[in-house]
Amino acid sequence: MVLFSIAEPGQGRAQQVIRRKRAVGIDLGTTNSLVAVAKEDKVDVIADVHGRRLLPSVVHYAVDSAPVVGDEALNATGGTTISSSKRLMGRGLTDIHYQVPYTLKDSGDGGMVLIDTVAGAVSPVQVAADILKTLAQRAETSLGGELDGVVITVPAYFDEAQRQATRAAARIAGVNVLRLLSEPTAAAVAYGLDKQLEGILIIYDLGGGTFDVSLMRLHNGVFEVLATGGNSALGGDDFDRAIADWICRQATVVVNAAVDYRRLLKLARAAKHALTTGERTPLQWGTWAGEFSRTQLHELIDGYIDATLSACRRVLRDAEIAVGDITDVVLVGGSTRTPRVQDKVRTFFGREPLCSIDPDEVVALGAALQADVLAGNKYGDAALLLDVIPLSLGIETMGGLLEKIIPRNSTIPLVRAQEFTTFKDGQTVMSLHVYQGERELVSDCRSLARFDLRGIPPMVAGAARVRVTFQVDADGLLEVQAEEVASGVKSSIVVKPSFGLAEQDIAGMIQSSMHSAAADKVRRSLREKQVEAQRHMEALRAALAADGDSLLDAAERQDLQNAMQQLAAAATGEDAALIERLTEQLNNQSRDFAARRMDAGIKAALAGQRLDAVGDNF
Amino acid sequence: MAISLTESAAKHVASQLAARGKGVGIRVGVTTTGCSGMAYVLEFVDELAGEDSVFDNHGIKVIVDPKSLLYLDGTEMDFVKNGLNEGFEFHNPNVKGECGCGESFTV
Repeated sequence: MVLFSIAEPGQGRAQQVIRRKRAVGIDLGTTNSLVAVAKEDKVDVIADVHGRRLLPSVVHYAVDSAPVVGDEALNATGGTTISSSKRLMGRGLTDIHYQVPYTLKDSGDGGMVLIDTVAGAVSPVQVAADILKTLAQRAETSLGGELDGVVITVPAYFDEAQRQATRAAARIAGVNVLRLLSEPTAAAVAYGLDKQLEGILIIYDLGGGTFDVSLMRLHNGVFEVLATGGNSALGGDDFDRAIADWICRQATVVVNAAVDYRRLLKLARAAKHALTTGERTPLQWGTWAGEFSRTQLHELIDGYIDATLSACRRVLRDAEIAVGDITDVVLVGGSTRTPRVQDKVRTFFGREPLCSIDPDEVVALGAALQADVLAGNKYGDAALLLDVIPLSLGIETMGGLLEKIIPRNSTIPLVRAQEFTTFKDGQTVMSLHVYQGERELVSDCRSLARFDLRGIPPMVAGAARVRVTFQVDADGLLEVQAEEVASGVKSSIVVKPSFGLAEQDIAGMIQSSMHSAAADKVRRSLREKQVEAQRHMEALRAALAADGDSLLDAAERQDLQNAMQQLAAAATGEDAALIERLTEQLNNQSRDFAARRMDAGIKAALAGQRLDAVGDNF
Repeated sequence: MAISLTESAAKHVASQLAARGKGVGIRVGVTTTGCSGMAYVLEFVDELAGEDSVFDNHGIKVIVDPKSLLYLDGTEMDFVKNGLNEGFEFHNPNVKGECGCGESFTV
């Protein structure tokens, strides 16, 4: 069924049909990324042309060729392959205290780290942009046109700099960000928990390499993050390593070569997956053959699972919430498929965890639902999630103290103001240093920006009244204004976090995306031609079904079928010119048929009408 | 000959006209198109043309040109919600067949 909306006069037919906005949700994960879309009655992940739903968050950079993303990047050789770069988003070199498998460089201006590749240094933002671009193309191919907007998920603990870095990546990728949504919120939305009025939720997210737990309060439709915890080096990969080591012990072998160990890990992972449904599974490594049972698996992984539960306990303690107060437990991340994880979580929280949605996809699905609402496809009921500020915002006062102006978890957009005064007699300049964080001393918080208010009339200390206003818009952009109330002098700044990208960096990256504009244009044109061809074939198929028998003889019908088959074959290929030519050809061939249908239609309409009733009009 | 609006359709047209701030009514018509024959036109009207027919439904003026009226006589326009989508729907007794998506039709 097609629905229409009222158009402005003279706009023609194309404007008539309500077009659902193409809005998708993107889960930009550490290990895997995916994109999902909400359709009429269901939400689903968009697969690529090969049917793959997950896109490994891996990008391969080589000299003189375009970056390769995903499964292809995993197998690419001859360049630098970057994975897990999400951990570096919005981070300076001094923030990184762990080993990474590639060379990091300081950007030179105290900004974000750069990763050395054979094709030159790239920033984590650029890597994220390449992943986003691939997902956006996947979605555009599937939905048949340019995206109107996306919702991208970020971990609840991402600070302002990491969020800004994610936004910058989207800008470089050329996608319009409707909103950044925290991952646990997205998971809760996927289960429809936002429809409840009140609740205290635990989102237990055990992925391949990371564990995150978020404790959230739902109050009047607003999700508020009460506490987060986890371990950035704990996940399903640890299970695999434990199983692999067990196999080594059983087979009394030592596996040193990297390639052999990778093969062993693969075997371990397969055994783990087999035990998701089975009780035991046979194993063979070299000359050794044995059996692996659930009891053995539990012995190997219980320690890791207990570590996640300790993190849960800490989070509950931080927020002063009792286990009994929790209303819902949501499982996210592929490793929560392990029955032992589900059992232990169930026992710990004393309730059945929600796990009916694929835990790899639940975050993207929630984001897609939210994107659908934000794009205006769902204007019937305005189920808008409100965003909250993840960390408090404030300014430095004398003594290096942080005076918080906007407390964390305030819903945005909002404006808050507070008055300050001068510290010295005759002070004419006040320096304002904006920080983000929860600690009392600014040295423990993250500096966002600084600016001066000049021209304060000389007065005795404490007489000047400087009103400092913090304004955060719906997109999370912070503007700080300072005004001396008596004289009216004012000064303001729009905060660009110092760890985000400088404006010229972003400009440079946008410019480099211009270089690939020509290639992008060719891809877009091909996609348009494919969509056009499909549209024509659909219409002709319907017309043939309706009137093919009555208006065409067998030979004519066969000709049309042949032309359609030719086009169908071409449309799966990459030759845009061929698709266009065949589409045109099909169009010409079917013109006669269309004319006959038109004649038949008019004949039917006029049948039984009096000539004088219609004569004037024709 | 007549074209009618359901009460729900009239209510939505009224609120959209009010939101737009001008217009005497809506024009319903058909235009020839593509493979399957015809498609509907639905737009706001600021000025009446001489040969137009005007039908009053629940206080809303529905304006139709004489040629379109031939294909639309007896049509009822409804406002429906379908899943996440909502919009106007035509119940046209003259339609003999629709294309796959329902966007165009034959009479």
